[in-house]
Amino acid sequence: MMSYKADRSIKWRFSILGVLAGLALLAMTPAKAEYADVIINNYADAAGMRPVVFPHWFHRIRFRCKVCHADLGFQFKAGGNKITMAKIIDGKFCGACHNGEVAWSVENCNMCHSGIPGTPTHIHGSTVQRLVSPPYKALNAPQQPQQ
Amino acid sequence: MRQQLKTFIGSAALSLIVSLPAAGADMSRINVMQQAAAPAERLIVADVSSANTFNRNLKKEKDPNAPPPEDGYHDPENEGTHILQPPKESYIGLPTTEFGNHVDWVKAIDEKKLSPRWDRISSSEAPFVMDLDIVRPVKASVPDVVFPHRQHTEWLACANCHPAIFIPQKGANQINMSAILLGQKCGVCHGKVSFPITTKTCSKCHSKPKPADWSPPLSDATLKNPWR
Repeated sequence: MMSYKADRSIKWRFSILGVLAGLALLAMTPAKAEYADVIINNYADAAGMRPVVFPHWFHRIRFRCKVCHADLGFQFKAGGNKITMAKIIDGKFCGACHNGEVAWSVENCNMCHSGIPGTPTHIHGSTVQRLVSPPYKALNAPQQPQQ
Repeated sequence: MRQQLKTFIGSAALSLIVSLPAAGADMSRINVMQQAAAPAERLIVADVSSANTFNRNLKKEKDPNAPPPEDGYHDPENEGTHILQPPKESYIGLPTTEFGNHVDWVKAIDEKKLSPRWDRISSSEAPFVMDLDIVRPVKASVPDVVFPHRQHTEWLACANCHPAIFIPQKGANQINMSAILLGQKCGVCHGKVSFPITTKTCSKCHSKPKPADWSPPLSDATLKNPWR
């Protein structure tokens, strides 16, 4: 049997430990990301870069959909545009504005390439992602990483 | 030792509960914690697979517009992530909604709170707005759909939708909610970038009440074999 004093100090130590463990658990809760942000990881991971995060909200405050999706030829499909840095430097896709004239230029690599490595290409918060059962895919369809 | 363990678990649970409103923890995690904390007290009715456990505590977003380093897919270890503008900063003064970005983008343009460019370079070019509502009768008992061209032509060019997604001809487009949920037709944008498909948004499209004398159409089986 321990003395009363020693027992109390151990009790204190364990309760502090418990509080810390609780807070650590809280810190691990995933935060919620912005609706409609597109993560593009066609080639980035393979090239040793972080995937690109495209914020729709930021761009739609400045431009209407038509500018990119009609004039610049962006398809309505995440990862469907096969964008490469060569095309961007050529003035295509992002490069139509991100050329140092309309918007900042390509030397700011990590402002676009800012996603967590390994994140698959997807639109954040899309309905297809929120379906409880995955949508039907034919057996011979090309395999795509699921999130 | 048993006493110490109890203290540890008790204070851990207490700290979770105390900091719940402040830190915005989600309920599901708390439940997991409590289950883990008191295995002896948990009443086990039957051993069921995880698919059959009843948990409808679907997570509610506490901070829907988190800044990039905390949003879950920007890499906080990346320097550029911390330069990016947090969404909330630019949403100040814009009309709000309960879904999506929690910003009513169409209303923002209507109220002239926002004036995005129609052209890449020129800020004086204006969209060609077409004010034409298309009413689409719905077989089910939900209100009929009114498609407003005006809100769509504020943002998009005709060629974005016609003729690839919607054939510009009456009766030529078969649309159903399953297709939309899977990203076809309206779902090419809605549910991805424009307002999402939730129970809060049904009435945005299904907005024209059925006529007073409307009754649901009878199915083929009933017509061929009337039960009477």
